[in-house]
Amino acid sequence: MPSDDTTTHTRPASAAPDTDRRTRDESLTSLEAGLDALQTDVHARTGRGRRALRALLPLTISVSLLLLVWEVAFRLGPQDVTRFPPPALVGLTFLRLWDDQTVVTALTTSVERGVVGFLLAALIGTPLGIVVARVRWVRASFGPLITGLQVLPSVAWVPAAVIWFGLSDATVYAVILLGAVPSIINGIVAGVDQVPPLFRRVGLVLGANPVELVRHVILPAALPGYLAGLKQGWAFSWRSLMAAELITVGGDIGFGLGQLLQQGRDLGDMSRIFVGIILVLVVGIAVELLVFAPVERAVMRRRGLATA
Amino acid sequence: MTTAPHAVRVTGVHKRFAPTGPAVLQGIDLTIRPGEFVCLLGASGCGKSTLLNIMAGLDRPTAGTVEVAGDGAALMFQEAALFPWLTAGQNVDLALRLRRVPRAERRERVAELLEMVHLGGAAGKRVHELSGGMRSRVALARALAQERDVLLMDEPFAALDAITRDLLHDELERVWTATGRTVVFITHNVREAVRLGQRVLLMSSRPGRIVREWDVDVTGERSISAPQVASLALEITDQLREEIRRHAV
Repeated sequence: MPSDDTTTHTRPASAAPDTDRRTRDESLTSLEAGLDALQTDVHARTGRGRRALRALLPLTISVSLLLLVWEVAFRLGPQDVTRFPPPALVGLTFLRLWDDQTVVTALTTSVERGVVGFLLAALIGTPLGIVVARVRWVRASFGPLITGLQVLPSVAWVPAAVIWFGLSDATVYAVILLGAVPSIINGIVAGVDQVPPLFRRVGLVLGANPVELVRHVILPAALPGYLAGLKQGWAFSWRSLMAAELITVGGDIGFGLGQLLQQGRDLGDMSRIFVGIILVLVVGIAVELLVFAPVERAVMRRRGLATA
Repeated sequence: MTTAPHAVRVTGVHKRFAPTGPAVLQGIDLTIRPGEFVCLLGASGCGKSTLLNIMAGLDRPTAGTVEVAGDGAALMFQEAALFPWLTAGQNVDLALRLRRVPRAERRERVAELLEMVHLGGAAGKRVHELSGGMRSRVALARALAQERDVLLMDEPFAALDAITRDLLHDELERVWTATGRTVVFITHNVREAVRLGQRVLLMSSRPGRIVREWDVDVTGERSISAPQVASLALEITDQLREEIRRHAV
């Protein structure tokens, strides 16, 4: 194709200028089209089914291995089922708790609280995060406080929340918010800080006012960091929720996974405790795999930051 | 189009980044005629990007004035600087949207602008799916979407390979002829300056000043390898090296 280029340039100047320009433009167009085609990558995308399989297979292997180690540990140990039950016994307990609706009640109660609490935290944390990231004096004065709040384990709020709100769902939500909002704020701030200065300058040159700059440039550019913040916010919500549920039993409060764990302790039922722990873990993994991972992958792929 | 005799007029511009710091720009006087293609040439660190930023209104001069015809200038950056979360078409569209062009008109304008840079079929492509040359052309289309008489370009093709850059020179020349824009093009590549500019201004470093200028009157087509381009480039290179040598201690 470059040979095409040279012929254009050595064309004698005697040719009629109009036709000359036209042929030159045409050859430029085809030359450019050729170069564009050569320089554009062609790669097939992995199908959804294959990708799911690729994610599930290693997980199956790791879970099977874990169960195997657990079983072997049980057999090699003192075989005391009240202190360390084998997988099969925990499985049976799970089925029993499933049949009497305990599992479903605990799961739906906790997941509902977790999701509602997390969404509330996102709703509160997002605008606060934008303000902290963009307004210098707010950031200087409240930034360190918010980071401090993030370090403070939200369980520390439980006694206070119980006194303020009693044994009610409000206590649970208060603890979730105090745990999750700071980490969502920090996620946005980190995301905004990572926006390349060049993007802001482009926005300014294109004539964006401060609001448009945030809306069209800074927020979209900060999206990957924001997503990471939301993910962390969910982890904090879920952990705070478990801590709150574990401590606050009785009163008006509904029966969640934390209460299931506490019940296991009260009854001295180790299998029940194991069922509780596994359910807490499974929900955490499921939300990561089914909610956050696909969204993150879609965002990254759209920006060319991840393949397949 | 403006009827004023100048598209850009820079008068006595000085720039220091700190009150006691060294002068980055010193006594820059410059008039650019409407429709002119001017190349600002200089070694790295001579303040040419600073001068361009001042013309673009992104930075203020410490002293002196800058007048730009119309509503200010459009600017094309060193990297294509497209937004990766948007498609090629949406990147151009955003420039129109921020100018408050009504939605109904925008779709057609985006198609026209992309067609202008021979990317009519790439509107739906994501930025990472485009080659470097295609990204530069989308950035050019976005700069044209700003509808400003003056187009400032800050080493826009510096990161491209030679074949692509050659082609973009042809492309830019064609777009310049077709749109009648005034172009101020910054580069540290002497041949590129001579290939593109009607006038080449050489800047010295520390402090940045305009030390010499050449009118490029190559008749007919010029390519980067045309003999007239090459001989003028040699002359300018000599002068540029002389300027750089002055800094040796």
